[in-house]
Amino acid sequence: MSSDPTSSGPTSPERILPEEAFNAGSRVGGDHVPGEVPPELAENTLRTELRSYIIGLALSIALTAASFLSIGSHLIYGPSIVMAVVVFGLAQVGIHLIFFLHLTTSPDNTNNALALAFGFLIVCMIVFGSIWIMYNMKHNVMAAVRADDVAGLSAEIIVALSPALRLTELT
Amino acid sequence: VSVPTTALRAGRDPYHLGHDVPAGIVPEYTGHGGGGPAPKRIVVGYGFWLFILSDVVMFSSFFATYAVLIDARAGGPGPHDLFDLNTTAIETAFLLLSSFTCGLASMAVGQRSLFWTEIALLVTGLLGVAFLAIEFSEFARLIARDAGPTRSAFLSAFFTLVGCHGAHVSVGLLWLGTMMAQFWAKGYRQNIRHRFLCFTLFWHALDIIWIGIFSGVYIIGVIIA
Repeated sequence: MSSDPTSSGPTSPERILPEEAFNAGSRVGGDHVPGEVPPELAENTLRTELRSYIIGLALSIALTAASFLSIGSHLIYGPSIVMAVVVFGLAQVGIHLIFFLHLTTSPDNTNNALALAFGFLIVCMIVFGSIWIMYNMKHNVMAAVRADDVAGLSAEIIVALSPALRLTELT
Repeated sequence: VSVPTTALRAGRDPYHLGHDVPAGIVPEYTGHGGGGPAPKRIVVGYGFWLFILSDVVMFSSFFATYAVLIDARAGGPGPHDLFDLNTTAIETAFLLLSSFTCGLASMAVGQRSLFWTEIALLVTGLLGVAFLAIEFSEFARLIARDAGPTRSAFLSAFFTLVGCHGAHVSVGLLWLGTMMAQFWAKGYRQNIRHRFLCFTLFWHALDIIWIGIFSGVYIIGVIIA
């Protein structure tokens, strides 16, 4: 983390070779990769990193327990339990992204956060779009089946009345 | 021009929003290629992050399939008859703890401690194996009571989604063993640490997918169906 920024000639190939080249990026471009400690926390990495994982684990356990306990719970209004579980799940995904993958909103993370936002958009479109469309289709198909029943009934009536119709036709 | 260059360094405010950049000083624009090509660590990590997101998109289509087909049971058993939420809770605990110990392993790698790296990775792997063992025994139990993937569209969707996650965990375990061996044999070389960074991303992402499975497939499945 303590590489000299003045010596950052990124095109010279020998910069790849030394050991500290692994961390050179945190000061050269300032970019940040998910899953590693942000450079601004590098002063006391061990303590801050361990604290991050422990907070993440504790919050995850709490949210998981909330999800499982909400099934038979009377603390939550019955029909809204499904939505509560969805909210607990989304919150836990956020906890994992922040405390396990160390994703932040800093400018160093812009590229990672933008990619994540796009992925989230696609996931929402696929999951909620599918549920929405298929639910509507089921609704309409069932309505059509009912309409077909009505039509079948009217066809029977027509068949039953056909002698009379033919009579009227003949005369 | 005597401006402290530290003020222009990336990290806090690389775009210098609302500040004039003094003449003669080239700021290091994050992500704009201003400092030349990004280091390999950034390229590798970002590329793998994009792979993980595309993997999540693939899983989302399986989630959508499950949600749409949850009532398509062809007279067969439904989530309420099949799922045992106590088993799911134990699986969740194992996978969550393995994600935590995977984080501890990356701390040990940061400290260059081979002993703690191997220990943390071993615990992570054992928790993963325990998770898989429970999942396979659950699959075997379902198939034994004639609720296999061929029974109904609902069960096909269930086995595809959860089985695909299990396959990912299996591959992750192979990768984990490889990382243990490579740290042991080759040490903390740059390319090995790049691989390990990708592995931690992969393993944490599997736990994120599992959050969707235990809430969406098991808990909500039992509630609504």
